Amino acid sequence: MIIETELTGVMATAVNLAALFLVGAFVLAAVRLIIGPTLPDRVVALDLLTMLVVAFLTLFALASGVGAYLDAALALALVGFLATIAFARFVDLTPEQNPGERR
Amino acid sequence: MSGLLEILAATSLVLGGALTFIAALGVLRMPDVYIRMHASTKAGTLGVLLIALALVFMGADAGVVSKAVAVFAFVLLTAPIGAHLIARAAWRGGQTPWQWRPSSGAGADPPGRP
Repeated sequence: MIIETELTGVMATAVNLAALFLVGAFVLAAVRLIIGPTLPDRVVALDLLTMLVVAFLTLFALASGVGAYLDAALALALVGFLATIAFARFVDLTPEQNPGERR
Repeated sequence: MSGLLEILAATSLVLGGALTFIAALGVLRMPDVYIRMHASTKAGTLGVLLIALALVFMGADAGVVSKAVAVFAFVLLTAPIGAHLIARAAWRGGQTPWQWRPSSGAGADPPGRP
């Protein structure tokens, strides 16, 4: 059991399975965020992490029955978009970091 | 009737979780920033869609359902714009798109890897 939920039966199984998938996705995206060879790779991984957190908050709102998590997911979807735009501008304005990899 | 909605919601949850996992797997395994973006944006957006759809199926009241629809609408609107901006920045920054070279063997020597 990953998430303690009041749901029963098939829904409890589905919630736990989805949470398991999401935790695995967090790990894979974090690995790409750490090893990502260039700055745009890390920005893509961070964008995916924001999307994963939105999905996890939505899942947690469903599992716990607390609607406030949905407000947090809504706010994070907006703030994450602004962060992505800011990082894209930053990548645009940063000089190329690894000139050796252009072939 | 609620049994049918429960089954629909459970199916959406499992499919959404699997799609987000596939998105993260693509981001980790694909050889190039453009292909990674392709995996993360499309599969990730659909995964968030399906998880929000499960909340719509199980939604107790109109407030929860409208918020779930709003979450999905924001993700659907903003993910392509963000991916486009990152791709344009990467292209201007001199990232060369990955090409399969038969001489080096399948999957060998992707660009940007040490």
